[in-house]
Amino acid sequence: MTTLHVNGQEYTLDGVDPEMPLLWALRDHAGLRGTKFGCGMAQCGACTVHVDGRAVRSCVYPVGDLGDREVTTIEGLSADGGHALQRAWTAHQVPQCGYCQPGQIMAAAALLSENERPDDAAIDTAMSGNICRCGTYQRIRAAIKTAAEGK
Amino acid sequence: MIANVSRRSFLKGLAGAGGLVLGVQLSPVAVLLDDQEGDEAQPFEPSIWLSIDTDGLVTIVAHRSEMGTGIRTSLPMIVADELEADWDRVRIEQAVGDRRYGSQNTDGSHSIRAFHDGMRRAGAAARQMLETAAAEAWDVDERECTARLHTVVHEPSGRSADFGELVSSARELPVPDAGNLVFKTRDEWRYVGKDVPIIDSVGITTGAARFGLDVVLDGMKFAMIERCPVLGGTLSSLDADDTLAVPGVEQVIELPRYEGSPAFQALGGVAVIAKDTWSALQGRRALQLTWDEGANATYDSTTYAETLLESARRPGAVMRESGDVDAAMAAAAETIEADYELPHLAHAPMEPPCAVAQVTADGCEAWAPTQNPQAAQGMVASALGLSPDQVTIHVTLLGGGFGRKSKPDYVVEAALLAKQIGAPVKLTWTREDDIRHDYYHTVAAIHMQAGLDGDGRPTAWLQRSAFPPIGSTFDARARSGGAGEMGQGFSDIPFAIPNLRCENGPADGHVRIGWLRSVCNIFHAFAVSSFADELAAAAERDPLDYLLELIGEPRRIDLRAQGVPYSNYGGSAEDYPIDTGRLRHVLQLAAGKAGWGRELPEREGLGIAVHRSFLCYVAMAVHVRVDDRGRIAIPRVDVGVDCGLAVHPDRVRAQMEGSAVFGTSLALTGQITASAGRIDQSNFHDYTVARMNAAPREVHVHLVENEEPPGGVGEPGVPPFAPALCNAIFAATGQRIRSLPLSRHDLSKA
Repeated sequence: MTTLHVNGQEYTLDGVDPEMPLLWALRDHAGLRGTKFGCGMAQCGACTVHVDGRAVRSCVYPVGDLGDREVTTIEGLSADGGHALQRAWTAHQVPQCGYCQPGQIMAAAALLSENERPDDAAIDTAMSGNICRCGTYQRIRAAIKTAAEGK
Repeated sequence: MIANVSRRSFLKGLAGAGGLVLGVQLSPVAVLLDDQEGDEAQPFEPSIWLSIDTDGLVTIVAHRSEMGTGIRTSLPMIVADELEADWDRVRIEQAVGDRRYGSQNTDGSHSIRAFHDGMRRAGAAARQMLETAAAEAWDVDERECTARLHTVVHEPSGRSADFGELVSSARELPVPDAGNLVFKTRDEWRYVGKDVPIIDSVGITTGAARFGLDVVLDGMKFAMIERCPVLGGTLSSLDADDTLAVPGVEQVIELPRYEGSPAFQALGGVAVIAKDTWSALQGRRALQLTWDEGANATYDSTTYAETLLESARRPGAVMRESGDVDAAMAAAAETIEADYELPHLAHAPMEPPCAVAQVTADGCEAWAPTQNPQAAQGMVASALGLSPDQVTIHVTLLGGGFGRKSKPDYVVEAALLAKQIGAPVKLTWTREDDIRHDYYHTVAAIHMQAGLDGDGRPTAWLQRSAFPPIGSTFDARARSGGAGEMGQGFSDIPFAIPNLRCENGPADGHVRIGWLRSVCNIFHAFAVSSFADELAAAAERDPLDYLLELIGEPRRIDLRAQGVPYSNYGGSAEDYPIDTGRLRHVLQLAAGKAGWGRELPEREGLGIAVHRSFLCYVAMAVHVRVDDRGRIAIPRVDVGVDCGLAVHPDRVRAQMEGSAVFGTSLALTGQITASAGRIDQSNFHDYTVARMNAAPREVHVHLVENEEPPGGVGEPGVPPFAPALCNAIFAATGQRIRSLPLSRHDLSKA
């Protein structure tokens, strides 16, 4: 038995290999499929979630290493989709296909929790681990700034 | 009235007729809903595109696939607008693959232009029926009844009725003939031309949106397939003992190689079936396999590039000729030649190929992020020995497509496995599978030659292109692109040069070649726009002025009238001529917005290119900075775009912004290479794509407003980017780039 603490809930999962990356435990076993698979080797950021508030690549994070740490996924970022970043993402119409955006938003949320007013360089550093093949970077940057300004 | 004909059999009859046009779908019979007659709670379905229920909820069918263009929003917007529907009372339903919708193959940048008129007709027909129903109910003149925001209003009396109240009577009316439809005028448009939020944005930002990889069925198994690393190879030995010992692994299944050419067939290989994705991955890693790799094991992309360039330098099949190129070339004061080389590319959509399928006694049902559900339906049917009507393809959101997901091989794989194991199965491609087994953008070599007069103006122009064609994926004997691929930015070159010849050299394919966002326009635009810049430099002229001179006076070019085989992306010469006036206009627009001609610091430069593709005109002015170590930064891109009617201007801007980033990826580092038939790259660490820190910092999109019919948008922003960037690098450094990606070149300060 493996116990995960995700979005304030406890998930008891049966038959989960401790080596299994958190990504697949979330998606295949906990039914939380907002976190996406993109590369499996921490290259693209589509699988970004928070572990104790810090952004991690869940595709390379073994569930056995979690212990009691609290996981937050895109489903748990806000109760109603009303997080400042989610609102800013809609206001700027950031998504194209949308597949990478949960990971982008989680990376941005971790950034804002550490740096309330990130400048361009800080945004570049925090967000360049997340690939968007549609090329929405310019709007992601604008949306982060909007969210930071509390607009 | 046609009585006692069920809707189901009616629709089956329609589907059996094949290739239907919208007019047929709006024929009067479509509204006669038969076995439900007399039930007032039934919805009003005046066409296959929309229905209205008695609460007034409008359901509009989205039949094209959503991969990021916003098409699930913009086509329904057209219907809702003509219907005078309140967008807040509209829901969108994604269509399954079905021929009665006409083409659902969401590629070629043609969703809007192919269906704009039909969507308007669907909306207008339903609106007129609601107006008629109101007029009959109130016993007033129909012309005095007007639909306005989900309500029909009788102006003289002030009476009004919600759409929902009119449904039960409207559904008894005949659908008006297309010729009797009255459309809203442009100034009356409520949604078209406005920036409506895409319908999926909340789902996407909360994680609720469902992509192909997110589909789950009860009792579903998880599959991964190990495929031969060389195209066309077959399995020679398999030892699955270690795999079957992996916890969670349930079965190992051998899938035969495709027969004949790969086309859309499953590649074949060895599948591992497990209880979850991780077990399937672990099990696949433990497989002990050997392959007979076959003839393509000789494919080496480095030596192949030399062969390809030789083909481009030799005379090829003449695709277009005017004047006497050889005589003019011989008489020229000076001749200039250049060769351009571009590599294979992989699509790399963020969601790799994947599909869920289940097979029962009734047939097969599959869920997939597919651009082409009807092809998936046909291929699954053929692979399983079913008829197409026994196969249902549900289209999920696509996590990117770029042409990859037009090819339904992965849906076929899932269906074959579901049949074999007798349970629902989810097939996942890893990123490595995706990069190593793609339908690659083709590799190309282009030879350009110009004969110049004493002022540096071309009097003779010869251009040759050689590349393994898409056709080679479908027939190994295919070695030439022909009119279709040559017509993508090459034989349709819009320059005013009296003596011009365009040739196509042969080339063999050794990997699956497919279409990737803007297809052959990528390398053709690169060669033509780079060469134009080279000629301007040779003549010591301003590149913009020189390019405008090459394009010549505003005029309409009808290539077919000149005897040139040219598909014009399916557009007629009347509605969609090659219009050099529009080409000039976007060029001047982008240049003006970029501040063309201004002084820039050392090692910074502006470059420009313009290209017409998919019936759309796009110019890009790229500002580049190259530091002393040769690193490239792109502070700003100005895009001039004339796509005719922009149904959703914000999504047009978004596609252009994205095209600049897609162009950055292919220009900076994009290349797929092969050694001994195996693809050298495997994931985003060695097939790198632009990240935020490499992408253009600002992309400014300048839309031309006019009365032209809608052109394509998803692809045409890609072709001009790379040549504009490389022309900017020349302006910044004096270094001329004739091959991509730029990572092959040392741009550091000498």
